[in-house]
Amino acid sequence: MEIKTDAINSLKLNKNTPIIQAKNVDVFYGYKQALDNISLDIPENKVTSLIGPSGCGKSTFLRCINRMNDLVSICRVTGEIKIFNQDIYAQEVDVVALRANVGMVFQKPNPFPKSIYENVAYGPKIHRLSSNKSDMDELVEWSLRKAGLWEEVKDRLNEVATGLSGGQQQRLCIARAIAVKPRVILMDEPCSALDPIATAIIEELIDELRNNFSIIIVTHSMQQAARVSQRTAFFHMGNLVESGKTKNIFTSPKDERTQNYITGRIG
Amino acid sequence: MIAQLLESNEQFDVDSPNMPNEAVTLSKPFNITTRNSSNIGEYAIKFIMVACSMVAIAVTVGIVFSLFFESISFFQRVSISEFLFGTKWSPQTALRADQVAAEGSFGAVPLITGTLLISFIAMCVATPLGLFSAIYLSEYASRRARNVIKPLLEILAGIPTVVYGFFAALTVAPMLRSTGENIGLNVSSESALAAGLVMGIMIIPLISSLSDDVINAVPQSLRDASLGLGSTNSETIRKVVLPAAIPGISGSLLLGASRAIGETMIVVMAAGLAANLTANPLEAVTTITAQIVALLTGDQEFDSAKTLSAFALGLLLFIVTLILNMISLKIVNKYREQYD
Repeated sequence: MEIKTDAINSLKLNKNTPIIQAKNVDVFYGYKQALDNISLDIPENKVTSLIGPSGCGKSTFLRCINRMNDLVSICRVTGEIKIFNQDIYAQEVDVVALRANVGMVFQKPNPFPKSIYENVAYGPKIHRLSSNKSDMDELVEWSLRKAGLWEEVKDRLNEVATGLSGGQQQRLCIARAIAVKPRVILMDEPCSALDPIATAIIEELIDELRNNFSIIIVTHSMQQAARVSQRTAFFHMGNLVESGKTKNIFTSPKDERTQNYITGRIG
Repeated sequence: MIAQLLESNEQFDVDSPNMPNEAVTLSKPFNITTRNSSNIGEYAIKFIMVACSMVAIAVTVGIVFSLFFESISFFQRVSISEFLFGTKWSPQTALRADQVAAEGSFGAVPLITGTLLISFIAMCVATPLGLFSAIYLSEYASRRARNVIKPLLEILAGIPTVVYGFFAALTVAPMLRSTGENIGLNVSSESALAAGLVMGIMIIPLISSLSDDVINAVPQSLRDASLGLGSTNSETIRKVVLPAAIPGISGSLLLGASRAIGETMIVVMAAGLAANLTANPLEAVTTITAQIVALLTGDQEFDSAKTLSAFALGLLLFIVTLILNMISLKIVNKYREQYD
């Protein structure tokens, strides 16, 4: 069974049902266990941030959600991750179709060395989302507008994307991801290579995007987690220490390790 | 939160004087005008390095000059236009001085077309095989498979060309001839096809190893981006990896072509010496390199047009491969800069 975009679009979840449900997820790199028994629910149309010190497994968990870990040959994932109640590690799931529904923005801006237009149109072309040129133009404009980049690039869509500034490149990568209309967007430290102003623009953008997409963001900056996310999950040494509303995690953490991390004592 | 951080920083500041005393005391005098090692060693090493590189450069310059001057003395006997545009190559000079037309004819066109024909056949073989094996190695092969296959491919590069030569002459050519006879084609026993096919096999490792490097240099982040958008492996290769690697790949193809044009042993053994002006790969053709070998083997007088023509051919070959190499290196380097 293929996950079809239309099928998913027609899905309406109960308001309180989480869009992603992870249950007892273990991840191993060879013999080394990277994630230990993670169970986490992620709500729809909210920003969930994953925080924790380096090597705590937050990025590993993020990459389980669109199965980018499949690319690492020694990586083994057990447990269950359900998106819209479908187990994404089930036999019949097509990982290509999954990734069309769960987009990803990476740590370093990685636009293709093609034109700005071609970058955004890349995904729609592969998934044949638009039948003619004017549809495609519309979709490209929509994506660039959503990513807050349209005004800056509308006159130079045919220029090569690597000529943009770092912050613009990252917004282009966001536009490229939303052009295939995923339901979930994964962001792996999307601002770590950017200056504070570009970071602020992207954070604002993330806040707008959550109206249409469910966003999971890995970040090293606790301020960023506090600013952009409604939910926060704290990882430590492969364990999920605690998760909940961002406000609660930052003001009244239940676990001592969380307390130590957010006050800057560890990590 | 930041106030807390600053506070703890101050704590560290206060802590530092209380560090345990160093076990080693630094009682050495502060001497910065003399040292124990000598300068002579430095100069000697530098001199040896410079001398070695000078030898290589001097020899190259010497070869180019000798090619150049001998060619000039050839062109005093035979005009440049006859050499470059003449279509008849038969450099045999007469045995007796009173023979008519004693000088032979020196039109290099059949040699040039023969060289191009064989190189073209070789590239037709080597380009797909080399490129596809490079793509397999860099994009599909597991690390274990790669560790086995890459050295095996490189063994191909280690086979002496003379071995390829008799493989072409004694195995491939007879095989082509008998196959041709079976389907009613007349295949010469020394055909351009046999030489070209084997030469193509010889160039595979060159192209695959250079292309493999170039494909590997395409940043993994681009592959991640493409796969993360839900494209398949082959879509990623066709639409992202290869377009990004194409300049470097064409550089490696040009290097392969210049290797094919300059290759000698295989064509001497398998392509023959008959200077036919033909585009039929089943006929015998000859190449610039094979003719140079034929002109200069055995006892020769060094002032006849026949012998001197070898230098003109050598110069022609040198110029062509030099241009190809320069273009390809330029392309490869330009590509390398792109992701730095």
